[in-house]
Amino acid sequence: MGDYLLEMNDVSKSFGDVAAVHNINFRVGRNEVVGLLGDNGAGKSTLIKLITGYHQPDTGEIIFDDQNIGGFTVSRARDLGIETVYQERALAEQQPLWRNIFMGRELVNRYGLMDVKRMKQETDRLMLESMGFTSTAVTADSVVRTFSGGEKQGVAITRALHFKAELIILDEPTMGLSLSETRKLLAFVGDIKRQGKSCIFIDHNIFHVYSVADRVVVLDRGTVAGEFSTKNITLDQLMEKMYRVAETGSLD
Amino acid sequence: MTSSTETQAATPAPAGRPQPKGGKLSRFARAHAFQIGILVVAAFVWVLFFIGSPQTFSAFPIYQSFMSTTPFFAIMALPLTLVIIAKEIDLSFPAIMSFGMLAFSAVLTATGNVVFAFIGLLAAGLLAGAINGLLVVRVGIPALVATIGTSFFWRGVVLVITGGNGASLVPTTQTFLHPLLVGRLFGKIPMQFVWTLVIAGALWVLLNRTRRGAHVYLVGDNEDSARLMGVSVGRTKMMVFVLMGLAAAFAGLVVSLEVLYYWPTLGEGYLLNTLSSVFLGGTSVFGGTGTIFGTLVAAFIIGAINAGIVAAGMAGFWTQLIYGLIIVGSVSMQVILRKRLA
Repeated sequence: MGDYLLEMNDVSKSFGDVAAVHNINFRVGRNEVVGLLGDNGAGKSTLIKLITGYHQPDTGEIIFDDQNIGGFTVSRARDLGIETVYQERALAEQQPLWRNIFMGRELVNRYGLMDVKRMKQETDRLMLESMGFTSTAVTADSVVRTFSGGEKQGVAITRALHFKAELIILDEPTMGLSLSETRKLLAFVGDIKRQGKSCIFIDHNIFHVYSVADRVVVLDRGTVAGEFSTKNITLDQLMEKMYRVAETGSLD
Repeated sequence: MTSSTETQAATPAPAGRPQPKGGKLSRFARAHAFQIGILVVAAFVWVLFFIGSPQTFSAFPIYQSFMSTTPFFAIMALPLTLVIIAKEIDLSFPAIMSFGMLAFSAVLTATGNVVFAFIGLLAAGLLAGAINGLLVVRVGIPALVATIGTSFFWRGVVLVITGGNGASLVPTTQTFLHPLLVGRLFGKIPMQFVWTLVIAGALWVLLNRTRRGAHVYLVGDNEDSARLMGVSVGRTKMMVFVLMGLAAAFAGLVVSLEVLYYWPTLGEGYLLNTLSSVFLGGTSVFGGTGTIFGTLVAAFIIGAINAGIVAAGMAGFWTQLIYGLIIVGSVSMQVILRKRLA
């Protein structure tokens, strides 16, 4: 078993003439929370979508759990234990809650037919245990469109947790959340760590990232500009470095 | 549900499974509002006809007539429901009806075997459906444009090859195929009605009890979300177009066997009936919602209006006016319902 849960070696991805990420080397250790920082257009989203199988790398290799997953589809990557909470939440809002929880991972019985009853029961259980829905008006059949922003995010996170992922990627998870919802979310990242799992945490808010990450990786213009262990750097020092990257494109 | 969830979240969770607002009955009514709505419309239309012509509508023959002619387009409206749930559209099915029958009559002439001819028919439907799917999924042409194009193309193929001449299907009456598809079960029930129910049942299972069916809803609701969560959007769309092609070819055969003649113009006049069955049945033009049950009931409402108006002693000229009223009225009610339920 390798030291790292995820290794990206010299990975590049271009869209037309635009190199979104270029010769990236990026690692996530086992039971590690990695904060990913970078300005708009630094390549964070592309990096994530390469890991999740949404994009395929042009060059380089992506090793997950000692297996090269470059070229894998999203559903293969999910089967291996990579779950993502996307910035755009990736919900189907006209659909009932249970269809959203099991989107792309529908449960089937031994005849290969969907087990709707079990999916609804699981959804009911998850609503109480993880999503924190205590309102009696919400059921597994409730349509997601009617939920608040925090509730929608809760659905997306619960979905990522439910499938026993080894690596959970959170892409701008605090966007649009209230203060108390944000605090709950940060506590939730701590839970991931305690359960022995790994997490990539992306956020514009450097305070959030610093408070939960073991290590911070700074992306700039499609490459890794630097990385720091949060043990060895203070928040002020990290902010100073981020300003420097934004101004000069380099950490030095 | 209302916006009160946030305030309620502060109160401690009640023990056990959360109980929804209202009783079981009201929950059922809310969850199936559109299906109940379409049944009410059907009952309303039926009562009107019954009042207009009690003698006709208390005897079996009028219902036999509905069961005989409505399947001609109901067979296509059912898979078209899946196409529209997936937020796509297909306008080429009337031409595919004719193209499928071209294959049928060509193979029948060449081999004299109805089984081979039937296989040829389905292969033609599959091909036409797959081409629609490829144009939309691979080439990226909007379905509206792609299927207008293929509609002209298949109609053109038929006219060029047949030279506009039809073919008699009388020989098929000597084979098992004719009674199997358009015979009368127990001497009463038109077989095409039975096949419509079989297709409706099969598509219901596909849509509601298979993963690929679940993906039809997800793709139509939010294609990007579906793709991010690992749903194969392309394959799902291919499936709905192929099913549509197969059903159109099959419907073409049913129509032709009923009249025992293959007209190259076969399919003309089916476009609007079929589309309105889907929309009247509560399927949203915006994708993501719709039911097989709604379409099935709506097809029979549309099918009943024509015969019913004549039977009720009104001039056939009224048909289109009444179609228009029922469709606009029902769909308006659906839109209002959808807003209120949200």
